[in-house]
Amino acid sequence: MKKNIKFYSGAELVAKAAIDAGCRFFGGYPITPSSEIAEHMSKELPKVGGTFIQMEDEIAAMGSIIGASLAGVKSLTATSGPGFSLKQENLGYAYMAEVPCVICNVMRGGPSTGLPTALAQADIMQAKWGTHGDHPVIALTPAYLEEVYELTIKAFNFSEMYRIPVIILLDELIAHLSTAIELPDKDLLVIKNRKGPTVKPEKYFPYDTAYGDVPPMADFFKGYRYHVTGLSHDKTGFPTTDPDLVQADQERHIRKVNANKGKIIDFEYYKMRDADIVIFAYGSTSRAARVAIDKARKLGIKVGMMRLRVIWPLPEAEILKLCSKVKAIIVPEMNLGQLSNVIEKFAADRTKIVGINHVGGVPIHPSNILDVIKEVK
Amino acid sequence: MKQNHYEARFAGVGGQGVILAGKILAYGMVNYEECQALQTPTYTAQVRGGPTKVDVVIDKKHIEYPRTENIDFFLSLHQKAFDLYFTDLKDDAIVVIDPNLTQHIPKDIPQQVFVVDLVEIAKKEMGNPLYAMVLAVGFFAGVTKLIKNKNVQKSVIDNAPKGTEVENLKAVRIGFALAKEALKRKEDLVRLTLKDIDKNKL
Repeated sequence: MKKNIKFYSGAELVAKAAIDAGCRFFGGYPITPSSEIAEHMSKELPKVGGTFIQMEDEIAAMGSIIGASLAGVKSLTATSGPGFSLKQENLGYAYMAEVPCVICNVMRGGPSTGLPTALAQADIMQAKWGTHGDHPVIALTPAYLEEVYELTIKAFNFSEMYRIPVIILLDELIAHLSTAIELPDKDLLVIKNRKGPTVKPEKYFPYDTAYGDVPPMADFFKGYRYHVTGLSHDKTGFPTTDPDLVQADQERHIRKVNANKGKIIDFEYYKMRDADIVIFAYGSTSRAARVAIDKARKLGIKVGMMRLRVIWPLPEAEILKLCSKVKAIIVPEMNLGQLSNVIEKFAADRTKIVGINHVGGVPIHPSNILDVIKEVK
Repeated sequence: MKQNHYEARFAGVGGQGVILAGKILAYGMVNYEECQALQTPTYTAQVRGGPTKVDVVIDKKHIEYPRTENIDFFLSLHQKAFDLYFTDLKDDAIVVIDPNLTQHIPKDIPQQVFVVDLVEIAKKEMGNPLYAMVLAVGFFAGVTKLIKNKNVQKSVIDNAPKGTEVENLKAVRIGFALAKEALKRKEDLVRLTLKDIDKNKL
């Protein structure tokens, strides 16, 4: 008998997983289609001694979670397209100051206010390059409600392990979908927490690389005082323009993710063993792809899928391998080719890349994908 | 459930309880009929008055594609919603409309149509048009026999706002009774009002 089966929505599961991961602060500003996450956090956080605050705008909401995290509290904000745009400056600040936090962006059509209530996968590139400058990015793309829970916990773990903001790119369809799922046993969850200082306050430096690429992080209000800035800084946290220090620090930021790609990259193969056509998909679109693959297999077409659970960083080595192995890669996306453009560069004419691109707010139907599979066969 | 897979769509405008109806049905199917079920709502930026729908997909096994492909049951409480969401229906689907707010449906559609006074009945019997969508879920249960009357009632108790249980349960029973009457009729287009049921037998 399964014991943890309950009826949940995707938005509810982001909130539940965040709290189970140890999140005790939510700062947000309501925006469709992400508002239900704030709604659930406002109900659930007070029950566990956490704090919920509705800020005056999106920018302040991002600022509030950075502040809360500096005080040692795991923090979440939720937003959608236009709100995610507004958050980019403070997001860059969090990358630069190395403040762990989680941003759940329930994507909607854009640019600007676009399609407020409809499904889109419009922020794939905004998640990667939305804020200026070079920075490491981890972004996760759940496709099932079980995965919303699992990957939200992972998002918090990554943010704590690498001292960086982590982005959950959620599809409106998944955020608003409700069904019954079984959650894992809470006692079996792996929860990571940031490493704290092992030295006394007077010996502490907030960006001390003597401990490796991820320096120990002290909580404010516990006797450790340090300077936090968006300017390039040295190990004390105070600004520096020393070219060698700045160069080394920027490279270290990128290395935090790049050197740990093996632990972060996460994808799934479906019916790939003999596939000569591959669907490269993520989020809700991959569910339509799976149905299309099953139908195509019945027609004798050898098609499989590579589905990303983590979209940034990309599994580059595997994509390269794929490009020299299969005759076509179909990339269905609820945007005008944000990821397929990237895959095309990997392919470099070694295989055909075919995009299926819907931006009208209506999901890509399995039959849309099946039609393209038949065409490229 | 006799069928392996079933798709239902309830449509209306924001504020008519469309999304709650979807939740009552999907939750009831999962918890009391041992099926897989999920619901996905669609709405516009208008909180009230914008066309809204909820799709409920029911299956004996895992549901991969969460949206509808071939709809078996379509119910609309509003013309705006009917015009926008009357799509992807099977030829043998059941179509239910409320005649007060949905006056124009295409001529010669292949589907069986039931015209039911849901809003009027909700106003008269429960004192509030908001109960029309719960009447609709009761009607769905009676017509499709996918979910037992008592199981809809259990799901209503689990999901309806506190203090509305009595009226909601009454709405389910009336909806169910209307459906029983509907199934006796043989015409392509069946019209039903409160007069068609015996209220003493609810």
